Amino acid sequence: MSDNRLVNPLDNGRPTLVDNLIDGWELVVGLEVHVELATATKLFSASANRFGDEPNIHIDPVTLGLPGALPVLNRHAVELAMRIGLALDCTVQPSTFHRKNYFYPDMPKAYQISQYDQPINIDGHLDLPNGQRIGIERAHLEEDTGKSTHVGGPSGRIHGSSHSLIDFNRAGVPLVEIVSRPDMRTAEEARQYVTELRGILLAVGASDAKMEEGSMRCDVNVSVHKPGTMFGTRCEIKNVNSVRSLGRATEYEARRQIAMIEAGETVRQETRHWDENDGRTYTLRTKEDADDYRYFLEPDLVPLDPSPEWIQAVREALPMLPGARRTRLGAATGTAPDSEAVMVVVERGQDDYVLAVGHLGGDVARALVHVKEAYADQGAEPSVAAQDLALLTRMEVGGKLTATQAKAVLADIVEAGGGDAQAIAVAKGFEALDTSSLEALVDQAIAENADAWSKFQAGEGKALGALVGAVMKSSQGKADGKLVTALLNAKKG
Amino acid sequence: MKVAKLARLDLDPDEIDRTTSQLAGMLEHFADMDALDLTDVVPMTQPYPLRNVFREDVVVEGLLRDEVLAEAPAAEDHRFRVPPILGLDL
Amino acid sequence: MNTPLSSLTTATSIAQAVRSGDVCAADVVDRYLAQIVIRESDVHAFNLVLTEEARQTAAAIDAEVAAGRDVGPLAGVPIALKDNMCTRGIPTTCSSKILNNWKPPYDATVVDRLSAAGAILIGKTNLDEFAMGSSTENSAFGVTHNPHALDRVAGGSSGGSAAAVAAGFAPIALGSDTGGSIRQPAALCGVVGVKPTYGYVSRYGLIAFASSLDQIGPFATTIEDAALVLDVIGGHDPQDSTSIPQAHPSLRQVLRTQDVTGMRVGRITDLPEGADPDVTERLEVAFDTLRAAGAVLVDVQVPAFAYALTAYYLIAPAEASSNLARFDGVRYGLRVPAADTNAMYSATRAAGFGPEVKRRIMLGTYALSAGYYDAYYGRALKVRRLIADDFDRAYRDADVLLTPTSPTVAFPIGSKGDNPLAMYLCDLYTIPTNLAGHPGMSVPFGTGADGLPVGVQVLAGTLGEAAMFRAAAALERSMQ
Ligand SMILES: [Mg+2]
Ligand SMILES: [Zn+2]
Repeated sequence: MSDNRLVNPLDNGRPTLVDNLIDGWELVVGLEVHVELATATKLFSASANRFGDEPNIHIDPVTLGLPGALPVLNRHAVELAMRIGLALDCTVQPSTFHRKNYFYPDMPKAYQISQYDQPINIDGHLDLPNGQRIGIERAHLEEDTGKSTHVGGPSGRIHGSSHSLIDFNRAGVPLVEIVSRPDMRTAEEARQYVTELRGILLAVGASDAKMEEGSMRCDVNVSVHKPGTMFGTRCEIKNVNSVRSLGRATEYEARRQIAMIEAGETVRQETRHWDENDGRTYTLRTKEDADDYRYFLEPDLVPLDPSPEWIQAVREALPMLPGARRTRLGAATGTAPDSEAVMVVVERGQDDYVLAVGHLGGDVARALVHVKEAYADQGAEPSVAAQDLALLTRMEVGGKLTATQAKAVLADIVEAGGGDAQAIAVAKGFEALDTSSLEALVDQAIAENADAWSKFQAGEGKALGALVGAVMKSSQGKADGKLVTALLNAKKG
Repeated sequence: MKVAKLARLDLDPDEIDRTTSQLAGMLEHFADMDALDLTDVVPMTQPYPLRNVFREDVVVEGLLRDEVLAEAPAAEDHRFRVPPILGLDL
Repeated sequence: MNTPLSSLTTATSIAQAVRSGDVCAADVVDRYLAQIVIRESDVHAFNLVLTEEARQTAAAIDAEVAAGRDVGPLAGVPIALKDNMCTRGIPTTCSSKILNNWKPPYDATVVDRLSAAGAILIGKTNLDEFAMGSSTENSAFGVTHNPHALDRVAGGSSGGSAAAVAAGFAPIALGSDTGGSIRQPAALCGVVGVKPTYGYVSRYGLIAFASSLDQIGPFATTIEDAALVLDVIGGHDPQDSTSIPQAHPSLRQVLRTQDVTGMRVGRITDLPEGADPDVTERLEVAFDTLRAAGAVLVDVQVPAFAYALTAYYLIAPAEASSNLARFDGVRYGLRVPAADTNAMYSATRAAGFGPEVKRRIMLGTYALSAGYYDAYYGRALKVRRLIADDFDRAYRDADVLLTPTSPTVAFPIGSKGDNPLAMYLCDLYTIPTNLAGHPGMSVPFGTGADGLPVGVQVLAGTLGEAAMFRAAAALERSMQ
């Protein structure tokens, strides 16, 4: 649904940031994201909701829109829709279903059953990792269409095809359409929004949210205007199939509109198609030939009105969401919640593990870095016991292992799926150098790098690196870089 | 005629004329309801008030593909075949 | 075997005789098939007679009986089914070219229930295309003739089912009633026809005309048979979201135990005029009959009744325009080849639908389209509310209401010409019931002009079937 909802042009609640402007123009971006729900069956019938099977095997009278077939609402789909709504801080309200009438070969009944003026979820928001809040207008239930394959034309395109083939396996799969408010101001924010939304959908188990398989699909509404003036005319861009193309398409479309306006032309409200190969958008249809959908209340369904108890039960069963998990991990490790390490580790779902390392007496900050770097393939529940990593980080902060040594030990532990850091360190000959042998190596480095030493003494900070590097080399990586620096500074006087 | 286009009915000029005048006659007759004060009346869309009718999320064996495709006007490669789609690519 | 077959003319007596082994279902079926052979070419009640299938089912039932198993309350009873209810593997056409001999891959719920009760499907009956009409003249497969006078219409849209029962082709039949399509042909053919409360009988597998108005119901020669059929097909169906989720009391039981003593029978004093004198005369006799049987007559008013036609002819076509959009030549039925899909849709639908269907699709599309919704469809829904509210008020004072079923007796075939409004007036007295979602039935009650049957309509409030059947039974008794 992308009908003409009125947008109060200046009420976007965001101050303009000069850094966000393109040649003095401000972008306004809103997203409509369709996600397929992770149900066993379709929204209104008992056919399997499964991707990637032989064509037309998940069909029944309702799916095919056979004469006489009637829809019956899937309770679990409603529950998943509520999970999405509640995770986005929406109000769950009594709702109804409408028919959206239009002819298209992959739309079996020639109408889509969708929620129209009374959607199940309204008025929520999503906070980006940087704290920017994006409003959610609604998140409503509707059914998916079948899939058309265009045959006989160049590269499977619709234009120039000789005919099309329809597979109805996807027809009737439950969708939630999440409509944001036009609160994003850059292509990057749009990318962050979709990434964050995806994390939430995965966290609540509502969808597998795979853009490449089409279980998560984005339509992007883009307009441009001069700060402080009315919003410009928007165009809706379809066929955006990855987070990367979302950024590209948004950027392209904004620049296209800016160029048009600056050339004295007018932007028309229209639906455009993103062509990934050409890296540009094309007109699909203009407002003038927009269909008249003749919405009316679906007489074959009855109103949906979840009880407060049901809503409360769904709310209480929600897991901790990515944003809260990042805050928690950031606080525990003394790291910014939108730092790369926190983002990556939470996205992988390894934050509980990092925190467990801390509970077992390990150092969470060191654990965060190690998990981020060494656990990329480990999954949410790493095969290495948290106990093992706890010991490693203890040795590290206790000065028994240098950062370089710790890395090497951990690599062995990860490869073996676990192991005693102490034993591995000994086996590897990683004994921390005592202070007197370290001092000897420092003196040796000073002697061998007289030039650097005099520069260092003269206050040239850059020279320090060469000296520390020399010590590291002569110690075969056993020296602790921080300790070396401290010794050099002491000798400088 | 816009309505015929919306309804995907290929009417010939005669049919359009006849239908248009018949519809006009009916709409004129339907103006009788203008006599009613409907301001505070809640529209009635269903006769029997029900809410929250669900099915459980359990797969039931569906239809046989071959039986269904045998009834299709055209099929190819286990799918329904249609002439080229012009205009929209949704 | 001491029951003579020819004495078994009701479903109730047939089922009893078949269950007890007194007669075999095969003989019952053959007797009805013989009647079809004699008169069907004159009447044209059927789109399809299932001679072989019916014989096979009968043989299977006889085998069951012989094996000592209970075959069910409709054991061995032939039934004619309006050709807008899906029957697996058996063509289901809605009397439209657009379905082009379509064989559904599934059975309607009513078909499942009938067959579980031991009924034998004997044929699919003719109707006005997609149930749009009041005379069964709008069929792609020819007109159904009234068995009482072959030059007259059988009524519609379930004219084939009404005629089948009236002609003795089957003791019972099913029809669907969106604005009177069971009751009006029942009246014109002199048989019993019942439209139950909306949601009483599952619509699953009934090819929709107007979803919020359609109901399936029985035709029969007796009130008891109609009750028997409703007891079998009624009740909650999880495949229809609008099906009332409760069990209904057995109407046969009601008929055995209750009469009309003390029942309040209402006369609508502001009923729109338009019925012929021979029809209103019979209605007066009906009032007298019920009073004589112990009922109390009361006056009620239903002021919005007069606006029902308007509301109906906006709401029903609106829903129909959407329900019939699926006939697009993609998955089933007719396709007229064309260069692209849109051209294919328009050509297919133009060739496949008859004039009345096109007219209603156009009207409904218009009523829903941008800029007209509020003025037409939206207002009609409000009028619908007024009508339902008016009836609710009337049913505080009355248990049932009596009206004519049809303003006239069966009219000559072709007499309404191409005047849709004249035809729409046939349903003047039946339409408000559908809008309100209430039950209504037509009881054959003597004859009018030219000796043709007249029906009296008995109406009741939501789930008022018991009272309605009691009143109907009292009228029936007076005719015996
Ligand atoms: Mg949309
Ligand atoms: Zn949508």
